[in-house]
Amino acid sequence: MSSHTPQQAPYYFVPAPSTYPITGSLALLLFASGFVLTVNSFNAGPYVLGAGLLVLFYMMYIWFGKVAHESEGGLYNKRVGMSFRWAMGWFIFSEVMFFSAFFGALFYARVLAIPDLASLEHQALLWPGATNLWPNPGPAYDGDPFTPMGAWGIPAINTLLLLTSGATLTWAHHGLLHNKRGQLKLGLLLTIALGLIFLSLQIFEYMHAYSELNVKLTTGIFGSVFYMLTGFHGFHVTIGATMLIVILCRVFAGHFTPENHFGFEAVAWYWHFVDVVWLLLFVVVYWI
Amino acid sequence: MAAIPGGADHAHDHAHDQPSGIMRWVTTTNHKDIGSMYLWFSFAMFIVGGIMALVIRAELFEPGLQVVDPDRFNQMTTLHGLIMVFGAIMPAFVGFANWMIPLMIGASDMAFARMNNWSFWLLPPAAILLSTSLLVPGGAAASGWTLYPPLTVQMGMGMDMAIFAVHILGISSIMGSINIVTTILNMRAPGMTLMKMPLFCWTWLITAYLVIAVMPVLAGAVTMILTDRHFGTSFFNAAGGGDPVLYQHIFWFFGHPEVYIIAIPAFGVVSQVIPAFSRKPLFGYASMVYATSSIAILSFIVWAHHMYTVGMPVAGQLYFMFATMLIAIPTGVKVFNWVATMWRGSLTFETPMLFSIGFLFLFTLGGFSGLVLSMTAVDVQLHDTYYVVAHFHYVMVAGALFSAYAGAYYWLPKWTGHMYDEKLGKLHFWLSIVFFNMTFFVQHFLGLAGMPRRIPDYALQFAEFNKISSIGAFGFGISQLVFLVVALKCIRGGAKASAKPWDGAEGLEWTVPSPAPHHTFETPPVIK
Repeated sequence: MSSHTPQQAPYYFVPAPSTYPITGSLALLLFASGFVLTVNSFNAGPYVLGAGLLVLFYMMYIWFGKVAHESEGGLYNKRVGMSFRWAMGWFIFSEVMFFSAFFGALFYARVLAIPDLASLEHQALLWPGATNLWPNPGPAYDGDPFTPMGAWGIPAINTLLLLTSGATLTWAHHGLLHNKRGQLKLGLLLTIALGLIFLSLQIFEYMHAYSELNVKLTTGIFGSVFYMLTGFHGFHVTIGATMLIVILCRVFAGHFTPENHFGFEAVAWYWHFVDVVWLLLFVVVYWI
Repeated sequence: MAAIPGGADHAHDHAHDQPSGIMRWVTTTNHKDIGSMYLWFSFAMFIVGGIMALVIRAELFEPGLQVVDPDRFNQMTTLHGLIMVFGAIMPAFVGFANWMIPLMIGASDMAFARMNNWSFWLLPPAAILLSTSLLVPGGAAASGWTLYPPLTVQMGMGMDMAIFAVHILGISSIMGSINIVTTILNMRAPGMTLMKMPLFCWTWLITAYLVIAVMPVLAGAVTMILTDRHFGTSFFNAAGGGDPVLYQHIFWFFGHPEVYIIAIPAFGVVSQVIPAFSRKPLFGYASMVYATSSIAILSFIVWAHHMYTVGMPVAGQLYFMFATMLIAIPTGVKVFNWVATMWRGSLTFETPMLFSIGFLFLFTLGGFSGLVLSMTAVDVQLHDTYYVVAHFHYVMVAGALFSAYAGAYYWLPKWTGHMYDEKLGKLHFWLSIVFFNMTFFVQHFLGLAGMPRRIPDYALQFAEFNKISSIGAFGFGISQLVFLVVALKCIRGGAKASAKPWDGAEGLEWTVPSPAPHHTFETPPVIK
């Protein structure tokens, strides 16, 4: 075989046969079966679900660890880096489309479903008291009255937090580009802290909404879109913060150079995407 | 950049680590291995989904209820649809993409070889979830493959299994598509400009874009069903201010592009095969690229033509009708280009060409019945009748499946190194085309006469046509086993295939030996 050293990247890196993918498939099969069993009240459900999650986390740990190792070992050349960039871009596009299904549900409810239910025909035939107001829990809502979450309390603070975290992340990126590792570490730490504060406030907001404002997942279409949109966003912030923590650990381990730091960039793109989704959420879920 | 001879990159830290036996297939990162697994998986699912279709046709052989109870019948129509769309047709074309795209653009492998393995190995868990859902209390989802609420909000745990199967299939196809887009955009050999790529690569580039754009939307839709079922949300519940029609909008925003996700790679295969057996370059290559792109873009803005009877405003119906009719224009461009490619060509009619010409006739027929259905006033009559069933089987079976067969026969010599049995191949084609039309042509008349779809029983007046259709279906099902025989014979032996067994074939895949070696184009070829 050839005599190249590990520093010399092959023309295009093709990984060796791997058991990670089949581990991931097993994880998702367990996760899916466990979820199905849990929601159908089988006792074994949570255990299968938990086992699936454990296997999934294990798979992600060894797989991403391997990728970081390969990257630091110089196996990825510019062209591989380009592939990663394309792929991350398309992945974020797919996430945008996932969120747009839920934004679509919100717009449909506000523009079509609710006004339709409140039309005179529907009032005469189905629900006499239906109103065309937003937030609306639906014409058959018989729970206690609720108060929607105001935009200018916690949500506004959260907006500022996320916008600031975008800035600190960019500042960290500049630190990385100019090889100022201190600035990189501080910037990342600040970003993670802001993200975690955001998440804590979000959890506090949910508790407040459930216990005092009486806004629940079951509060008709308003509760549905409110919790599903902000919930999926919060889930994505959690993923983003986790990835930032991994990146920070890698920075402390001495990974990344001004020329080669795609892992950092990908997480930064993801973070900014989550940021943009929040801005949309703030405007259409909380504000108007 | 150093070019490394065969296998060196594997050797360098894993020389001891080349699994054999079953583990070779479980762990492989080779695009050819993964492509073969996709193709076998898709054929296996085609048989499973086909058996379900035969249960449906056995029940419909006569009026009255004989073979299955109505609930099982509905489960059969649902799983037949889901399995054929997500388990058979889509994986078949991903299999072609895996095998052929790196060979066609001069790449050493797919851009993400390990993720490629995962894309494939996510399919069996989804298949397990779908098929075992038949055995759980309440049975499988029985709502049709479209999974419309409020029905799907009421069903048993089989529905949850279908939801998660759809999620896993979605993850698989999104990863597969990101891989394909990245491979095509970033892995082309020097000189292989986009407009020099074989049309099959172009069609997959466009298809992969559609998959990435709409599979997440389907994931969102089925997630809303899941939360409506178990977590008390009201997305599709009018009492809570939601609307079941909302589901239909979200679903068909996915569902219509999905139709093209299936059809566009089929166009790509046919665009390789017809020029090869006409011994002429493809007529109007650039217009083919633009037409395919136009179809993809238009596919996003026509979804509600599946919902004419749902109670849309007339303005909405008119818009969706005209937008839908627009699609006939780029599709017509493609059909005319294929015909013009054959015009004054030096034609021969080997099996791949026969299937392509079968595709051309029958897909065009399916396109015409689609044009009929695009008219709101007509569709109000024909909605949910067997006319619709006939229409989409003309584009799905005679369109996508025939084109997949054309591709399989065309590239079998490259994959196996042997020529397939031409006599058996032709027999397969003629049996398929006769029985296909016997099954589905009569369904147009059934639909025009008003026979509703997804109902296990029917009025006496429909008996004759149903009998013909059922006999055709069993004939069609059995003739597909001919293909299995051909494929197995071809793998085991047969006349040696040269590097380029078809004298009119063009492209890089014919510059490597047959069978294609495990590693190809580790040094990229230079295209002038």
